[in-house]
Amino acid sequence: MSAVETIQRPSIAALVEGVLNGHRLHLARAISRVENQENDAGELLAALYPHCGRAHIIGVTGAPGTGKSTLVTALAQSYRNAGLTVGIVAIDPTSPFTGGALLGDRVRMRSLAGDAGVFVRSMATRGSLGGLSKTTGDVVTVLDAAGFERILVETVGVGQAEVEIASTAHTTLVVEAPGLGDEVQAIKAGILEIADILVVNKADRPGADRTIRALEMMLEIEGDGARYVRHHGQLLRVESPLEGDEEARWKVIVMKTVATEGSGVEALRQRIDAHRRWLLESGEMALREQLRIAHTLENILRAELNRRIASRIRPGNLEELMERIRRREIDPYSAAADLLAHL
Amino acid sequence: MSERKIRVLVAKPGLDGHDRGAKVVARMLRDAGFEVIYTGIRQTPQMIAEAALQEDVDVVGLSILSGAHMTLCPKVVELLRAQGQDNVLVIVGGIIPEEDVEKLKAAGVAAVFGPGTPSQEYVNFIRNNVKVPA
Repeated sequence: MSAVETIQRPSIAALVEGVLNGHRLHLARAISRVENQENDAGELLAALYPHCGRAHIIGVTGAPGTGKSTLVTALAQSYRNAGLTVGIVAIDPTSPFTGGALLGDRVRMRSLAGDAGVFVRSMATRGSLGGLSKTTGDVVTVLDAAGFERILVETVGVGQAEVEIASTAHTTLVVEAPGLGDEVQAIKAGILEIADILVVNKADRPGADRTIRALEMMLEIEGDGARYVRHHGQLLRVESPLEGDEEARWKVIVMKTVATEGSGVEALRQRIDAHRRWLLESGEMALREQLRIAHTLENILRAELNRRIASRIRPGNLEELMERIRRREIDPYSAAADLLAHL
Repeated sequence: MSERKIRVLVAKPGLDGHDRGAKVVARMLRDAGFEVIYTGIRQTPQMIAEAALQEDVDVVGLSILSGAHMTLCPKVVELLRAQGQDNVLVIVGGIIPEEDVEKLKAAGVAAVFGPGTPSQEYVNFIRNNVKVPA
């Protein structure tokens, strides 16, 4: 067997030019470079950043098996029929044991094959827990710079608390299917709160009406419409430009689809378009953009600070402290304080 | 802080619908720590090449039981090379008569693995032969 060979690697300048001019292989390689966080990924993103900000980003999230991939495919087709180009990022989990992943969302997307107006990329979570992978936002940036007009981001099949998609997408769809839970599930905190549109897929199945009623009941008893965000660990009330104006507020509604047959998909696409118009006209888009920028910057800073701090801790020192924790000579909080005090 | 994974596309070209073997291999590759993109059955060579490009994979694994390997496999290799994916390793699994193995290799297939191949064999083959960008 031959030794591992290396291959020619396109320069950043070549990749940037390729991405901006619709060169699909360069686009694919640029995405890899960003996903792998290679040394020059920052340079690549910096060059592409001025060209992004045009796409509408749609997040699709929900429990495993609710039909997210099929719905994403049907929506992509609907956008193609309307003459818009579509980028898709589909995320599946990485094994915490082997680091491997089985990315299976393409199985449902075969009808999109052969269309030059569509680009599908599968990503593994690579250890992230919020429903996306750490670099999903950067991959969306690359697709946006490449000129795709709508970008659909399909999260991993989520449980109740993976809400990270809401800070990446402009419009978030939360997909439910009949038979997954009762009215109490519907009023729990978490994923349902991030929905701009709730979708009950597989609406031809028994129990669909009950699921829809439960979700609608939840929406009827919604609070005062005030929005809160976490900022440096504190909960802040966001002053929406629409506060108090009942008419102008976005109304979350429940929509029915049977994605395998395409039924309800046209109406869903129109609702997404209506949300986009509302975001732009109400000033909410600017607000969300601001929150997203804060979120992105905070994540980058946190990762970089972690890296810098970790690089200054001597490995021997760390192991010694861990051993002392194990012997109950010191507790983990005091040990951490000790380490930081000696940086 | 670069994190590079070996990415493998597993596909079943042609018309036979027996995908158990392909699924088992996909699972074994996953357990070997690779990122496996599984595309399912009834893929045309064009669909496979296009998916390999979008996913920027290092390896394409084709599973064929139908006997159509001599038309399908060289076509996949040809399409991959035509779109500039010179680095991609194409490996084939399934029922391939002995006399066709050399012909497939001459057409650019890197390796052929028959039924009953221990997973360690194709996992090691991939690890040792994958062409990594410098």
